Amino acid sequence: MDMNLLTQIVFYFFAILTVGSAVVVVFSKNLIHSAFALLFTFFGVSALYVFLGADFLAATQMVIYVGGILVLLIFGVMLTHKISEMNLKSETYQFWPGLVLVTVVFLSLVVVMLKTTWHTPAAPAGLNPTTATIGELFMKEYILPFEIASVFLLIALIGAAMIVRRRSA
Amino acid sequence: MIGLSQFLIISAALFSLGIMAVLTRKNAVNVLMGVELILNSANINLVAFSRFSAGNLHGQMYAIFVIVIAAAEAAVALAIVLSMYRLLKTVNLDKADTLKG
Repeated sequence: MDMNLLTQIVFYFFAILTVGSAVVVVFSKNLIHSAFALLFTFFGVSALYVFLGADFLAATQMVIYVGGILVLLIFGVMLTHKISEMNLKSETYQFWPGLVLVTVVFLSLVVVMLKTTWHTPAAPAGLNPTTATIGELFMKEYILPFEIASVFLLIALIGAAMIVRRRSA
Repeated sequence: MIGLSQFLIISAALFSLGIMAVLTRKNAVNVLMGVELILNSANINLVAFSRFSAGNLHGQMYAIFVIVIAAAEAAVALAIVLSMYRLLKTVNLDKADTLKG
């Protein structure tokens, strides 16, 4: 089989996986189903990063989103429902107006994106490893945002711990 | 061949689905899932333009900072949801109307 065709088949597989499981996230009645569908969406986005030549970002996506944020969200689902009640239903509010609005937003976005002539200079470069370059950029050009991000994460950590702390009487 | 427009369409679909979750869901955790979808769609756009248009890695750097913000946002938002559950015994966003006159 032609290599190009194989690449396209794998790409469209991951594209359908990403969007399809995102549809399950949004339209599933069961909160746990939504949380596990979100796992496949994050996984699919990570695969799309690989197609874009962003190997470091794909690994970061797996570690932070799948390993961190998703576990946090499942914790949130579990801690806010009683274990005994098995129907973790999520109600919807103004479903049909929302669906119409979102369809209009999606179609207008697609039309604008396809009609715009984007500045795409040359054929993109080959798939090179990016980790070393990203590390250099962090230590040179992006040193100030890097430090601010670290302080920001510390503040968010302390703030989250403060908010959920049980006030001792 | 796989071009820029395919990634843009996937990103638009993820963005619309995230908006849908934020607008129509009553459960606070489900709304947070929608916010994560929106952040992911923005990230796909950043990385796609970084590869096809700019040709350098600055878009990927920006995407990493977006991931950092998303992690902090998820932690703080879930802390707020947990204390809301402790206070009101519900995570239904329509029931959290204590300030309503």
